[in-house]
Amino acid sequence: MGVYPFVVAAVLFVAGLYGIATTRDLIHTAVCLTVMQSSTYVALLGVGYVRGGTAPIHQDLPHGARPVDPVVQALTLTDVVVSVVVLALILALVIQAHRRGGTADPDRLRELRG
Amino acid sequence: MNDLLPLLVAVPLLSAAALAGLGAFIPGRVTELVAVGVAAATSVLAFIVLLDARAHDLVYWFGGWQPSGGHALGIAFTVNELDAGIACLVCVLAVAALTFSIRYFDDAGHLFQVLVLVFLAGMTGFSITGDLFNLFVFFELMTVSGYALCGYRVERPSVMQGTLNFAILNTIGAFFVVMGIALLYGRTGALNLAQIGERLSHQPADATTGIAFALLCVGFLVKAGAIPFHFWLSDAYAVAAAPAGALFAGVMSDLGYHALARVYWTCFRDSVAGDAGHIRAVLLTVGVVTAVGGAVMCYLQADLKRQLAFLVVSHGGASLTMAGLLNAEGMSASTAYVISDGVLKGAVFLALGLTVAALHGSNELQLRGRGRQRRLLAVGVVLGVASVGMGALPGFGTWRAMSLSAGAARSAGLGWLPFVVAATTAVTVGTLLRSYARVFLGWGRGSDPALAGEGDDEIGGESEERSAPSRWLVLAPALLVAAGFALGLAPPLAGHAVAAGRVFVDTHAYAGQVLRGVVPPAHAVPAAHVGATAWLTSALTLALAVLTASWGLWGDRLRAARRAESRPPSATVRALHAVHSGVVSDYVVWLTGGAAALCVTLSAIAR
Repeated sequence: MGVYPFVVAAVLFVAGLYGIATTRDLIHTAVCLTVMQSSTYVALLGVGYVRGGTAPIHQDLPHGARPVDPVVQALTLTDVVVSVVVLALILALVIQAHRRGGTADPDRLRELRG
Repeated sequence: MNDLLPLLVAVPLLSAAALAGLGAFIPGRVTELVAVGVAAATSVLAFIVLLDARAHDLVYWFGGWQPSGGHALGIAFTVNELDAGIACLVCVLAVAALTFSIRYFDDAGHLFQVLVLVFLAGMTGFSITGDLFNLFVFFELMTVSGYALCGYRVERPSVMQGTLNFAILNTIGAFFVVMGIALLYGRTGALNLAQIGERLSHQPADATTGIAFALLCVGFLVKAGAIPFHFWLSDAYAVAAAPAGALFAGVMSDLGYHALARVYWTCFRDSVAGDAGHIRAVLLTVGVVTAVGGAVMCYLQADLKRQLAFLVVSHGGASLTMAGLLNAEGMSASTAYVISDGVLKGAVFLALGLTVAALHGSNELQLRGRGRQRRLLAVGVVLGVASVGMGALPGFGTWRAMSLSAGAARSAGLGWLPFVVAATTAVTVGTLLRSYARVFLGWGRGSDPALAGEGDDEIGGESEERSAPSRWLVLAPALLVAAGFALGLAPPLAGHAVAAGRVFVDTHAYAGQVLRGVVPPAHAVPAAHVGATAWLTSALTLALAVLTASWGLWGDRLRAARRAESRPPSATVRALHAVHSGVVSDYVVWLTGGAAALCVTLSAIAR
């Protein structure tokens, strides 16, 4: 595996950032945030991966088997839960912004500036 | 008494869950009182922990999973006296905010109280955890409840815009933290802060370590609102309702700096020991730029709450210039400053909320002279005293903190630093005094083209509550100001801060205690005395603040006398306003640029 998961993670991370920086729609922003979040999953799982490793279930483990790191899987799971909460909240905010301000374009939500 | 530590998080979190479930069945007034009671109980716990932590750090292992043979197996809370002090600040501000929210909203519903309690749990957990991933979880817990608190008044588009900017930028900041954690875990196989520090110290620092540190830095600096990551902060704090804003401004931002310092000392200190000078230079640069930039932007605002938001940015930068010295005295000074300044910032935010609600506006220029009413007398007094107190008025806790910071800067060979902080503080405090004089005394003119949002109405929706807030609400900020004064009156507190700072930076003793249970001997508490520099900077700050305020009020009259016409704002001022565009895409570009610069610099340093 080596460096590849981290290259993928970096590409996803930068792609998400690029999307947020250029988007004209806040729903799209939320999607881009999910893309960025996926890069953290890839990076975390890449850290704990063992080539030819088995699932980290230690019961009835055959002799000589090398399980992958279970800690990063737990971290990824926590990360997924957190991301769902954040995404739900941001989507709710976008809906409210659209309902009250009539637009989901960040360039046109311009009450605050200066 | 280590068993009390998890209660600091569990009590508010479980109460929040209970209130959320039962809130629909019990009267709103009862919910409000229960929430205040829970926050008060948490404060008592935090103070007991603070007293316990005086002798040495406290360590608590969840589920009794003690480390075995120097290897951390479980998850720990580790509390230094400075961390406990921050936790106390969090709890006290939460009590003030919850007390204030009684009778403040027309129809807050019980969910506001629930959110404040969850926010409280997130912030206390964030300040006392000893585990890196746990730190991220609490980071998210407080951030998510922060979004909800910030966007509580959903009916205003401006509130939604500010909250979205807050949510998007902070979520990206959290990703940086996770990436940093992934790299560190890949390198060390550990998540416990002390364990990471030990493993990193056995291997030479390389670019990966540098990038991991840089990613964590970016995440925490976004939370803290350091320039150029600060853009969300001015938008979010300007639209937050007063009780939530008091918590944001009083402590949430500064928690980012505190976490940065904790991670640096516990994890990276040994592995980058040879490059500490360069890292200090980077942190101090960010701190000075933030302090100066925040102060300038603060001066250029017409909206009262936006002024305070940029004041938070600037004062956060000031605390980074202290912690960034990377010595024990700097850490003590920074924490003492965060605590003593935090209660005053909270007080100002609450008092401003009352002013805005009473006067139906938050624009300094439009409100000129409208604060000259008998019913606003107490609010005005509290605002004025808190503003001057932030300017390190002798007697206040901020003054003690400034005196500590002068000593810290001198021992790092940077004796000029306190004067920079004095100048930036003078500008922020001067701006508060300017708006105070304009609104409550009616001084100065009713227009100033240099100020942003000159013609705007109130943006936060504070004035739309139907009923005027109760006049007793002013007691909450008044008590916070009194607390800020009490912090300065007790000289032993400064000595304790110094001793606690020494424990905080003693990484080896920390690792020994966390991983092997070796309790280090207690440090002696030195007598802290206030040096000549502190008197000088204090006098300088207050004099400059009065000058700034006068220039803001009558400066254009002087100019007009010379040039016979008042000029439009200069190109620099216009550019500064234009940069704060309120568009989240622009902010992300700034964040990316800042993050890239930090990553390149820090990985080059660690190589």
